[in-house]
Amino acid sequence: MARQLGLVACHVCALVCHLTDPSRSAHCPRCAAKLHRRKPQSVARTWALLLTACVLYVPANWLPIMHTGSLFGAQSDTIISGIRYLWESGAYDLAVIVFIASIVVPLAKLIALSLLLISVQIHWTWQPLQRTRLYRALELVGKWSMLDIYVVALLATLVHFQAVASITVGSGAIAFGAVVVLTMLAALSFDPRLIWDTTETDG
Amino acid sequence: MLSVLIACHDCDLLQYKIALAPGSSARCVRCSATLYRRPRHRIDYPIAWAITAVALFIIANAFPVLSLQIQGRETSTTLLGAALTMQDQGMPLVAALVLGTTVIAPALGLVAMLYVLIPLRFGRLMPGFVALTRLLQTIAPWAMIEVFVLGLLVSLVKLQHLATVIPGIGLWAFIALMLTSVAATATYDPHLIWQHIADLDTADDIV
Ligand SMILES: [Zn+2]
Ligand SMILES: [Zn+2]
Repeated sequence: MARQLGLVACHVCALVCHLTDPSRSAHCPRCAAKLHRRKPQSVARTWALLLTACVLYVPANWLPIMHTGSLFGAQSDTIISGIRYLWESGAYDLAVIVFIASIVVPLAKLIALSLLLISVQIHWTWQPLQRTRLYRALELVGKWSMLDIYVVALLATLVHFQAVASITVGSGAIAFGAVVVLTMLAALSFDPRLIWDTTETDG
Repeated sequence: MLSVLIACHDCDLLQYKIALAPGSSARCVRCSATLYRRPRHRIDYPIAWAITAVALFIIANAFPVLSLQIQGRETSTTLLGAALTMQDQGMPLVAALVLGTTVIAPALGLVAMLYVLIPLRFGRLMPGFVALTRLLQTIAPWAMIEVFVLGLLVSLVKLQHLATVIPGIGLWAFIALMLTSVAATATYDPHLIWQHIADLDTADDIV
């Protein structure tokens, strides 16, 4: 491991540099970026972002993200009731896509990142490769949760025919958007190298 | 020399760099993360793709993405229109999120990429190039054109139950933009830029 040899990879240009005394600040000789052995305060930052996301997850699913007004009356939809409506109206493929993007992905991110953090904190040595793969998958799928935000924005813009039908955004959209951003930030502040640090005894 | 070494960004394993055949990539022996790639083509390719993407980006934002017809009345919207609606409905945060991920991040990404790559193509480095390389890295996860395209398709199908939906020029441009953006990033590797600069330096040394 580079760390054990007093070496560190620059996080901007990937140049391997000497970092013998990590308490003093050092900069990359090629691109002048500040050198860090690991992302700074990775565990604490990731927990803070993750717990905030967990708290906001409740209003994100509880509050309506969309209000529909039409000749037949008014209706408010949460993310889940919107998916149920799609399913009942026979749009199964669409219901599945929205369900995965809006429910499965955020929930999986919250659970998997918590597990990764705990595994690092209790110095778990089990399956570092699988845990790294899990982390990579999280980074890859995170952005797809934004799907519902775009759909609601487009529907609210297009459907405004006064008496006939009109759609407005609900406050749940703010909470949901915040959950997506926070879980993405949490994944970005987690350092997968911490997974491997515990598998090697430091020299 | 430390420049022959590379430390894996996912597991910190120290490895020797090897020369790659065009179109191949080096993977970490321990965790199989992609360490660096050697694109099949020269730096001209990402430049060409990025210029195409800029043109498509302008078209995609200038024309309506979807139009809706109910009882002889028609509404249509561009991407900016959708962001403005969020603002009008008292949701500035949602407006900022839509604007940031579909307009600002992709636009900044393309401009920064061209600003770095075009002068480099002619063996020159622009001022502030390091800051921009860093900017490219930071904003990459926040550009979500492909998610927006899926959002457009989902909206299209959802609205079909309600009224006649007509896909606009903007929608086709967004699909094309998504594909060219993928091509631009696939033919470009940030490590390659630094390699390119190292090559320029050694060329200078020889002269
Ligand atoms: Zn550097
Ligand atoms: Zn590795």
